[in-house]
Amino acid sequence: MATEAGQGRGSGNSLWKRDSRSRHFRERAVKILLAACAYLSILTTFGIVFVLIFETTGFFREVSIVEFLTATRWSAAFASGEFGVMVLVYATLLTTFIAIAVALPVGLLAAIFLSEYASPRLRRWLKPALEVLAGVPTIVYGYFALTFVTPLLQRTIFPDLQVFNALSAGLVMGIMIIPTIASVSEDAIYAVPRSLREGAYALGATKREAATKVVVPAALSGIVASVILGISRAVGETMIVAVAAGQLAQFGTPLESVQTMTAYIVQVASGETATGTLTYKTIFAVGSTLFVMTFILNIIANMFVRRFREVY
Amino acid sequence: MNQSSTRAPRQSGSEPEGTGKFKESVGTRHGYDRFFAVLVFLATMLGLVVLAVLLVDVVVDGIPRILQDPVGFFTNFPSSTPENAGIYPALLGSLWLLGLTALFSVPLGIGAAVYLEEYATDNWLTRLVEVNISNLAGVPSIIYGLLGLGIFVNLLGPITGGKSLLSGALTLALLILPVIIIATREALRSIPKAVREGGYALGATRWEVIRAHLLPMALPGAITGTILALSRAIGETAPLIVVGAATYISFAPSGPLSGYTALPIQVYSWVSQAQADFKIGLTAAGIVVLMAVLLLANSAAIWLRNRTQRQS
Repeated sequence: MATEAGQGRGSGNSLWKRDSRSRHFRERAVKILLAACAYLSILTTFGIVFVLIFETTGFFREVSIVEFLTATRWSAAFASGEFGVMVLVYATLLTTFIAIAVALPVGLLAAIFLSEYASPRLRRWLKPALEVLAGVPTIVYGYFALTFVTPLLQRTIFPDLQVFNALSAGLVMGIMIIPTIASVSEDAIYAVPRSLREGAYALGATKREAATKVVVPAALSGIVASVILGISRAVGETMIVAVAAGQLAQFGTPLESVQTMTAYIVQVASGETATGTLTYKTIFAVGSTLFVMTFILNIIANMFVRRFREVY
Repeated sequence: MNQSSTRAPRQSGSEPEGTGKFKESVGTRHGYDRFFAVLVFLATMLGLVVLAVLLVDVVVDGIPRILQDPVGFFTNFPSSTPENAGIYPALLGSLWLLGLTALFSVPLGIGAAVYLEEYATDNWLTRLVEVNISNLAGVPSIIYGLLGLGIFVNLLGPITGGKSLLSGALTLALLILPVIIIATREALRSIPKAVREGGYALGATRWEVIRAHLLPMALPGAITGTILALSRAIGETAPLIVVGAATYISFAPSGPLSGYTALPIQVYSWVSQAQADFKIGLTAAGIVVLMAVLLLANSAAIWLRNRTQRQS
């Protein structure tokens, strides 16, 4: 719209007359080009949904959806072929639970420290330092879990821990998720108005009492959002569990090897699987399950984030 | 903490006489406070301590292997004898991926950001694109791998060469697009309105203002965001495994349509065999190189940002 106005002015002015048409044309071309870049993101989503649905329907033509959701064994990579995705979902939830058990308390306490206790200078240093934890490639965490954490736990607390196990993978994944929970929670805690803290102090609360009984409850929806985002990241995390939790699809204990959804996809993809075979389609069926889970989690998290933004 | 925390603020607000909450003496309460202050500090430090242990562990394991044959490690191909194994094709593959990914993602990401920030009016389509971009940022990377496998490797196989560098780079580009878009939009948003109005007042068209003023001013923010996004791409393992980066390769990539391996893939391939002690040094050496590349990229980001900031 503004471009047309510019063009109108230009044609009235002899100085610009010469190239007003080419300028006008260029303006429109640029706008269309830039719009195409922006709409590409919608195309990406369509692409993801299309690929997942296309291959997954192909999969369900050969395996019933009831079997997929209710069977209790998974051996899709072998000829015997049993497709109980719940075995993989169980492993994903197990490692996620361990990860959140680490990341939630640590991340929340760190958020309280950064927002309520740290001096502005310390905060300026610590926040990016914590973010580094989220920037380490996950394959490096996988190596760390397998070659450092597992042997350490075997020597100290759990002598009968298996080489591949859900526990080390979950613990290290928890460390990776700390920045997600800490930074989103910290934003929410930091946004709590000063007057609430001052009110608490005026009533005789100590710093800890003000922080835990007034500020944190006031920031609760942001904290919930951070935890859901953390769960979503843990569910989709791949390399840590693929390397350190193993490739054995079973309802195992945390001390045993289990295979998550993501680890299954990696296992099939790193082997030679011909396009169009049933095994090939299973990774899309598992991928769809994973996509639906993380999508729902992200939507819920966004709802909570919007809520805490609206309050203050 | 929780059951009391939801009650406390309301109670202290409505009935300040309710002294029942404060049974402990002031001394005890301040004792708890000191304990809590230490606790939140330790929680913040936990992540950083683990990060330090991880880095030391990797360096201690990996540096001796690199020093043992510093030239060979960088110029040799992977080998079944760990003493001769090198990362030459992986390093080259990662550099190729980096270049191609930047080539696709930077213009698209900046273009989309400029459109959304400078052209788009607030209608349902724009809102859809925005929600869509923030959702795409939360999609697990392995799902992008499945997208790449379905579209770039199989559907467009005749053009992209199937399991080629081009397919890998396109997949990574889509993966990091949301990050680049979000960073560039923030940079554009922080430019005062007066800059745009000044340009229009002089008769410049919208695109002329963007090209001559807004883009140069947004550059530091956009570059920092882009390099952080690209360094995420360098460390990504899962999507590359799915789109068919080879784990064992005996040639250097010759062009965009060539088969390839990459640093994180090479590390994954070695770590899968790392139970055998002799592979640990090799894996750690690979990780040291990967982390060094990341450190270099991030330092470059900071250096570039500082430089451009001083100029403008």
